[in-house]
Amino acid sequence: MLSIENLRVSVGGAEILKGLSLVVPAGEVHAIMGPNGAGKSTLSYALTGRDGYDVCDGSATLDGADILGMAPEERAARGLFLSFQYPLEIPGVPTMSFLKAALNAQAKARGEAELPATDILRRVRARAETLRINPDLLKRPLNVGFSGGEKKRMEILQMMVLEPKLAILDETDSGLDIDALRIVADGVNALRGPDRAMLVITHYQRLLDYIRPDKVHVLVAGRIVDTGGPELALRLEKEGYDRYLAAA
Amino acid sequence: MAKEGIDLATVDAVRGLEAEKYAAGFSTDIEQEFAPKGLNEDTVRFISAKKEEPQWLLDWRLDAFARWKTMDEPTWAMVRYPAIDYQDATYYAAPKNAAKYKSLDEVDPEILETYKKLGIPLREQETLLGVEGAPRVAVDAVFDSVSVLTTFKKELAAVGVIFCSISEAVREHPELVRKYLGTVVPTTDNFFATLNSAIFSDGSFVYVPPGVRCPMELSTYFRMNAQGSGQFERTLIIIDKGGYVSYLEGCTAPMRDENQLHAAVVELVALEDAEIKYSTVQNWWPGDAEGKGGVYNFVTKRGDCRGDRAKISWTQVETGSAITWKYPSCILRGDDSSGEFYSIAITNGRQQADTGTKMIHLGRNTKSRIISKGISAGRAQNTYRGLVSIHAKAANARNFTQCDSLLIGDRCGAHTVPYVEARNASAKLEHEATTTKLSEDQLFYMRQRGIPEEEAVALLVNGFVRDVLQQLPMEFAVEAQKLVAVSLEGSVG
Repeated sequence: MLSIENLRVSVGGAEILKGLSLVVPAGEVHAIMGPNGAGKSTLSYALTGRDGYDVCDGSATLDGADILGMAPEERAARGLFLSFQYPLEIPGVPTMSFLKAALNAQAKARGEAELPATDILRRVRARAETLRINPDLLKRPLNVGFSGGEKKRMEILQMMVLEPKLAILDETDSGLDIDALRIVADGVNALRGPDRAMLVITHYQRLLDYIRPDKVHVLVAGRIVDTGGPELALRLEKEGYDRYLAAA
Repeated sequence: MAKEGIDLATVDAVRGLEAEKYAAGFSTDIEQEFAPKGLNEDTVRFISAKKEEPQWLLDWRLDAFARWKTMDEPTWAMVRYPAIDYQDATYYAAPKNAAKYKSLDEVDPEILETYKKLGIPLREQETLLGVEGAPRVAVDAVFDSVSVLTTFKKELAAVGVIFCSISEAVREHPELVRKYLGTVVPTTDNFFATLNSAIFSDGSFVYVPPGVRCPMELSTYFRMNAQGSGQFERTLIIIDKGGYVSYLEGCTAPMRDENQLHAAVVELVALEDAEIKYSTVQNWWPGDAEGKGGVYNFVTKRGDCRGDRAKISWTQVETGSAITWKYPSCILRGDDSSGEFYSIAITNGRQQADTGTKMIHLGRNTKSRIISKGISAGRAQNTYRGLVSIHAKAANARNFTQCDSLLIGDRCGAHTVPYVEARNASAKLEHEATTTKLSEDQLFYMRQRGIPEEEAVALLVNGFVRDVLQQLPMEFAVEAQKLVAVSLEGSVG
């Protein structure tokens, strides 16, 4: 599914990712944990193609296709999705219209027929219900004036509607209370499947109680320095990153 | 159409128009006749003679011309352009034998083809833009200096509505023209209006009798075609007591390297309980990306709520022209009369717009509402300039003003210049203003969801202007929406 080799990325001239390698096979959920400034968000932005994140070396492929040369919308159409740590407000564009535009643009880029408007409406409403999103929010401009928790639910709603192959969840748990976290996690878990992979970036083990990862990677100073099973997350929660930081 | 439908229509429009930024930029090759180049008393006499005008109108024109020669071009607007040589232009251009067209069959096929390409229905069985099921719209087609055809005249006449070219109105309804012409915008009003009074060519005339709701939308399509010529139309709309009309003007011009001058005057008169809804979709050639060519649009539009409870509403979508200098205004003379101004002004490339409104409150309990949405992209400058004036006798006047600016990129400018004068302490005035910069972060977020950059801009801009677009008659809203999207193409990056 996703294969990253020796990825080096600099931001504003400073190298943040220093030769990161990672493989996430189809059907698996991997967590990336690490201290502040380790490069977690840089990894998500480099993979999705944000301006200002300069790839100096290495490669990243999604289902064998090199994605690093593609425009962000092209990567999205190939099934790459990022749940933003800080979702943007989109004034004047109702959430439902936004989702329709995104679905149709992706379908067009893939050479598929657009979904009928009524199907889209049904799909969005059904998924909003599982996330316990107030249907009135769908008529309002996306994220404008939404609470932090509502914005995060909207990210997950978008993911559930767009059905990506590879979803990156960047600090999705931040700003969520325990009930909201459970709802969001249920949404994420419902999307797990043999044809889909997920990369869950988080500071805390807490989220991983609800979204159980197949593997946990430790990202420190721009490199993956350790990989293990879910038990690694528990250990990190207890011991912190000190011993990795000392080594780096 | 639902909001979402409109959004998707925009997106479709952007997709469909990737190659053609200015689809109206073609020119029509037909035999035309011109006034001799230059501007003097003979030019005025030439135009008046061509139109077989009565002596009073010629005298009116000559009077205006004498006045114009003593006036200076205004310089207070925030627009910069090289001095205009008024002697280096042609003030009358008409398709040969144009004024004689009796029916569609006689109109030069090249002209018919022109309007067909622009999507404007000149055959009465056709609807606007070929949209099936769209309501019928009566059209007055003005090609350079003459009206070539007006549709649905018979059907309108049956209910007493007069809709024709102003030239025809001068011949057929001189009493109405003479009574109202120049009573809203006097010949002495301002440099460009005075110039227009001297040399105006054609334009539309509307009269709706007392108590009549005009049964269909009326519209005029102005097409500037001839090289080196200007267009100086004059429009006069009179709605008698309790009458109603919704009127729309559309404007396009070929892509030409030189600047073309467009100095129009529009006068609206609403008598007691009358209502006028006047909408403009202005898409004159804006010039190329470097600012070469384009139309200079210096326009005076004013409506007079002459009777109690009269209502005038201006809606404008200004996407074209190299320079726009335009302040559609309302004189709220009658008690309980109201004026509205809804505006979308889009400037891209090197375009400059200085536009807004004046709401002059004279009567008691008069109300006005101003919603202005300015969008700047490229290296363009966009200024809202408005005046709300409450006179001493205008007790309990109300105004609400909202001016929003959207900046795309960091080389453009948005300016807001609101003037307020209140001479009656009972006035209640509200003013709200916002400036938003369309951020790279928002665009990246939308692209991450698969929406290409141009579509993302279109969606955001469309959201920004929605309040105003909804004021337009539906079939025009769709057209305007496409224009909004197309005129901002290439504005990012």
